[in-house]
Amino acid sequence: MKQMKWSAIYRKYGVFIILVVEVLIFMLLSENFRTLENVMTIGRQVASTGIAAVGATFLMLTGGIDISNGSMLAFSGVLAALLSVNLGLPLPVAFVITLLCGLGFGLINGVAYTRFKVSPLIATLAMQTILKGIAYLLTSAKPIYGIADAFKFIGQGYLFGFFPFPLLLMIIAFAFGFWVLDHTYIGRYIYAVGGNAEAARLSGINTNKVYMIAFGASALFASIAGLMMAGRLGSGQPAIGTDFPMDVITAIVLGGVSINGGSGKISGVLFGVFIMGVLSNGMIMVGLNDYWQWVIKGVVLLAAVAMSNVEVRKR
Amino acid sequence: MKQASLSVENINKYFVGIHALKDVSLTFVPGEVHALLGENGAGKSTLCKMLSGASRPDSGVIRIDSREYDGLTPNAAKAEGIGMIYQEFNLVPEMTVYENLFLGKEIRKGLDVDRNAMIARSKELFAELGVEVDPTKKINELSVAYCQLVEIGKSMLEKVRFLIMDEPTAPLTTQEVEALFQLVRKLKSQNVTIIYISHRIEELLELADRVTIMRDGEVIQTLETARTNRAELIRLMVGRELGGEFPESIRTPGNMEEPVLQVKNLNTRELHDISFSLYKGEVLGLAGLVGSGRSEIIRAIFGADRRETGEITVNGRAVRINTPRDAIEQGIAMIPEDRKRQGLHLELPIADNISLIKINALSKLLTVSRPKERALIDRFIKALSIKLASPEAHASSLSGGNQQKVVLSKWLSTEADILFLDEPTRGIDVGAKKEIYELMDRLRAEGRSIIVISSEMLEVVGLCSRVLVMCEGRLNGELRGDQVTQENILELASGGTLPAVNIGS
Repeated sequence: MKQMKWSAIYRKYGVFIILVVEVLIFMLLSENFRTLENVMTIGRQVASTGIAAVGATFLMLTGGIDISNGSMLAFSGVLAALLSVNLGLPLPVAFVITLLCGLGFGLINGVAYTRFKVSPLIATLAMQTILKGIAYLLTSAKPIYGIADAFKFIGQGYLFGFFPFPLLLMIIAFAFGFWVLDHTYIGRYIYAVGGNAEAARLSGINTNKVYMIAFGASALFASIAGLMMAGRLGSGQPAIGTDFPMDVITAIVLGGVSINGGSGKISGVLFGVFIMGVLSNGMIMVGLNDYWQWVIKGVVLLAAVAMSNVEVRKR
Repeated sequence: MKQASLSVENINKYFVGIHALKDVSLTFVPGEVHALLGENGAGKSTLCKMLSGASRPDSGVIRIDSREYDGLTPNAAKAEGIGMIYQEFNLVPEMTVYENLFLGKEIRKGLDVDRNAMIARSKELFAELGVEVDPTKKINELSVAYCQLVEIGKSMLEKVRFLIMDEPTAPLTTQEVEALFQLVRKLKSQNVTIIYISHRIEELLELADRVTIMRDGEVIQTLETARTNRAELIRLMVGRELGGEFPESIRTPGNMEEPVLQVKNLNTRELHDISFSLYKGEVLGLAGLVGSGRSEIIRAIFGADRRETGEITVNGRAVRINTPRDAIEQGIAMIPEDRKRQGLHLELPIADNISLIKINALSKLLTVSRPKERALIDRFIKALSIKLASPEAHASSLSGGNQQKVVLSKWLSTEADILFLDEPTRGIDVGAKKEIYELMDRLRAEGRSIIVISSEMLEVVGLCSRVLVMCEGRLNGELRGDQVTQENILELASGGTLPAVNIGS
């Protein structure tokens, strides 16, 4: 009886409690962590994970998963830098072409799944390698420097001198995600397909179309995150993004989205993103090296999935 | 082999709201072929689960030789020599026959397994059984009949004394059936007791020594097959009489001048040459045994399964239906057989389930109009008197009857004129059943047309003015008015013929 109560509390306020406890721990451990400046830094750092997480949440709600978004991050940054710097295209044109390419690769993932029944994990694993290869080919493995200030602004700019522009983009992305999932019929279809694909199909829903939308959205949002990341780094870097899918997936699962699809809220994912952001930032502030960070993040992902499975079994 | 006896005494089993076995007592005589006969849901499979250890009785005794059990575990059943051949085989398709036979009990030679010894033993075994199977072939290269032989061989290796066979002939061709019978007789001569479930009455009469008829979880009678006949068995299976639960007007015939749905030469992998019409304002029954192709017909029409050939006409116009979406647009609704797996989204709110099909019509610029959605949901909750705590609660929180009402609401929201109801009252309580019958009658009276499928013979008889009976993927006859009786349906469903019955046109 008591256990039931605990799981109910975890389900409702779990992410919030974890975030608060985590913040308190790091505040105790590190003076630098406590500064307002660092809060804004975290805001800037979480933005790319957060934006990609919105699209990836659509996909995970249908029961899919995307591990190609790390390479998508690198690919999009590189392509936009290449188009705007080397080819001299105006920024908006370079961005639109990049996002269309990103979307296109996401739809290829979708076709692999819906038409050829390649599991999402394998399809996007293959795409992860393909995009990494393309990113290196495009740049001959060298970063592309010299991007315009306006490009940099989307990754490192501040509004009114203190509010990070990337954070604003992320808020817009989450608002969009909330609208789609909670207020449109597309959102209903996403939940319906993820919860019970056969019942959805028999109810006249074109399930393949829903999967295509979800794969497309995951890639498109990762592509936007890639533009932002290039802006933040001030260059197109082919080697980035190797830990990215891990961070995104962990944030989503922490946020309460079922890894099997069908349930979870985008608002929870926002908390998940901040938990991961604070964790990354805090671990650096207290002086843990990369290797420790990897170990800890891996443990967090395992624990998050295990917790959500325990909840499911209780029901 | 020593003769062994198996009996059950006063077995009771309850499922949620259902008394599945009522004081069942039965004795299986050593070395006999004992058939269990009864409609779906009569309790045969539940009883066999008690014997194989898959389920425990709530009260009663299972007696084997002189040992008494108040319930068996799968291991205990195995130790007592009780084996069961399931309809779906427990074989590893990628492995060879002998590997499957010895799975988990391989003959060892040091650290390695002794292949040659196992192959030799397998050959011996099949020779004893008088069948020819190559032990080195892979399971996925074998036909269904051979897979079954391997399963039986596996039981024999385990020195089974009691073998339960659940509809073993369902997937077999006539020749294969004959071979299986030979094998069963052979097992019998080795003093193995066979408990044999089948719907094919002719088979039972040929093969079994005794037959026990079950109905509604009770043993009705055990007869010696030599002293009974088909007609008597059918009469005993049916037994129950029509009660007052069905609205009287529901059996009003439809308007035979006005076909709303016509199907011509429908063929799929499971169905052969199906042609029939559904008329305005009628409740048409589709009867037949499980696996006869009843559900497949409506699924094929609805676009849920692939059709090979077949023309579909709705209200006199030829239509193309390739997906459920197409069917919905033609004004067809299908309440599927398996409520939890096909009908509902258990982990979504009740409200979202009800509005799912209409949700895009209730949206403007993709955005759902909450007031309109709310109105739709409220309308159906009221019209079908769905009992719920809150429309935001998960559908899984509802009782079976209320879940079914949610599925019905979802489909009624499309205003479909043609409704397919597959097992609409399975697993729901008596009160909700009655409400669903009354709802069907209202829909019929409004001029809509319904096809209903039910494994409960009585329900078909109580609801339908006209019944099409399926047998092995074909339409085996049509019954109208007074012809619609449980006896006639069973006769046609089990492959028999009736003199004055014409095939539906």
